[in-house]
Amino acid sequence: MSAPDLTMPVARRRPDREPWTLERIIVHALLILFVLLAIGPVLIVIINSLKTTPAIFDGPFDLPTAKTFSLEGYKRVFMRGNFIVNYRNSLIVTVTTIVLTVVLSTLAAFALVEYRVRVASLLAGLFVLGIMLPIRLGTIPLIQMMLAWKLMDTLAALILVYTAMSIPIAVTLMVTYFQTVPTDLKEAARMDGASELRTFWIVLPLVRPGLAAVAALTMLPVWNDLWFPLILAPSRQNQTVTLGVQQFVGQFMNDYPALLAALTLGAVPLVLLFTLFSRQFISGLSKGYSK
Amino acid sequence: MISPAAAHRNLLLFVLPALAVYLVFAVLPLATSIVMSFFQTNGVSGDTFVGLANYVRLFTHPTISARFWNALLNNMQYFAIHLIVEVPMGLLLAALLTSGKLARSEGIYRTLLFIPATLSVVIVGFVWRLIINPLWGLVGFPLLGTESTALTTISLMSVWQYFGIPMVFLYSALLAVPNELVEAANIDGAGGWTTFWKIKFPLIAPQFGLIAILTYIWTFNGFDLVFALNGSAPGPNYSTDILGTYFYRTFFGSSGQLADLDLGAAVATIIFLTVLLVTAVYFWLIQRRLKSYSV
Repeated sequence: MSAPDLTMPVARRRPDREPWTLERIIVHALLILFVLLAIGPVLIVIINSLKTTPAIFDGPFDLPTAKTFSLEGYKRVFMRGNFIVNYRNSLIVTVTTIVLTVVLSTLAAFALVEYRVRVASLLAGLFVLGIMLPIRLGTIPLIQMMLAWKLMDTLAALILVYTAMSIPIAVTLMVTYFQTVPTDLKEAARMDGASELRTFWIVLPLVRPGLAAVAALTMLPVWNDLWFPLILAPSRQNQTVTLGVQQFVGQFMNDYPALLAALTLGAVPLVLLFTLFSRQFISGLSKGYSK
Repeated sequence: MISPAAAHRNLLLFVLPALAVYLVFAVLPLATSIVMSFFQTNGVSGDTFVGLANYVRLFTHPTISARFWNALLNNMQYFAIHLIVEVPMGLLLAALLTSGKLARSEGIYRTLLFIPATLSVVIVGFVWRLIINPLWGLVGFPLLGTESTALTTISLMSVWQYFGIPMVFLYSALLAVPNELVEAANIDGAGGWTTFWKIKFPLIAPQFGLIAILTYIWTFNGFDLVFALNGSAPGPNYSTDILGTYFYRTFFGSSGQLADLDLGAAVATIIFLTVLLVTAVYFWLIQRRLKSYSV
């Protein structure tokens, strides 16, 4: 089943305005209930991270007032925690992984669609298989490899593993986008004497929604992973945000404002990014896996 | 036209970088892990081939095998709860989102409902531990501290985090249902409820197979949430131990257990076979049958 293109604005797809029927009210009521269930817990953390300790315990569901408002938690997180370093590490790892994944998978997908020799469909199948591959089960040899190559406890180790982990779904997804590029365009480019790499450049703008979908899809599991940071880059100067928050939570179990501040700092950047790119993410998810 | 030789050369040049990274850092470690499970690592003196000795130990050693079966059974329960709760929830929300009663707000709901899936397990675990804290939370009972309820509680936390994924799959499938079919049904006098079950539902049925197999793969790869909540020897009394935490403990070691790389490789191979077998059966049997119903 082909997934619809969600990169199209929702409003344009369904412009009709319906009257407030009972059915419509029920649909909205149910959705609002589930939205509260989904974001309520997140809001509780954010709201309480801005309050003093007694205020957190007296009324965990109250908004901060002029009296109970406090940024002490955030101050203590930055003093005792390692958040600047954690953020820097997560940014380096996530951005580099996204760039590598997008570049490598786009090149591969272009060729898999373009050169219709038998080995191409074989290779495409090999990538599809990788979507199902539980990469964590290769952790022990990965540790030995990283030790042998002096990459243990480096961000490079994480980047390499995450890129390998993201490539199968990224290639598969990009193949579906390249399949929509009209052949005429590529043939015209070749007629004009463009090299293969140049042809690739010419069709690249046509698969731009795919690039965004791959980037959005790669970002989440990399930023939120706990397994590989724990095993391949655990030292203090290489910790990512997810691991940093996990260790901070273990250490400062009783300092609630600081804990909640740390959790907020860990969650907010990704929630914001996701909100911006949710269409690309959702269309990438459904297109990539529905093959 | 490009000659076959040039096509092969170009294909190789374009695919090689992605293929190399994928083979070296994903396929090779997994293959090496399988090979390793038949060896005994002896440090300086090198490795010796021991046949199935690691597997024999995994399945016959009293504590090691008892913990393994416990983790496997827990993992099956973890998967079952995901499937039973997540899929109906995702279906309901996808149906609501595509009911045609939302106009502009559809995108807003969709984005907000997916937010839990963007959080890291550290946050999910901590938030829910806070909410169900028996001291001052909503529940006056130690859900996580009781053997009979701990695993279900963790599973439901994970369901809360990931219900957006089946929702999105079903939502996209529902959007792909041709409008003419729905309109024709409406003209014949079918209401929203009938149209959904008689027209839309059969068309999106193939998605359930896909969701089930992805949930299976992901839950049998599970580790993060359990580790974030309960550490690598997840209690109480290993009642929340799943294959991921068992595997981690085997090769990494933990209090009361020495690190054992070869045994770890054997555990990894068994988990891999568990995932592979079910995935293969799925692709050969179910997917084929469902494909014939799909548009």
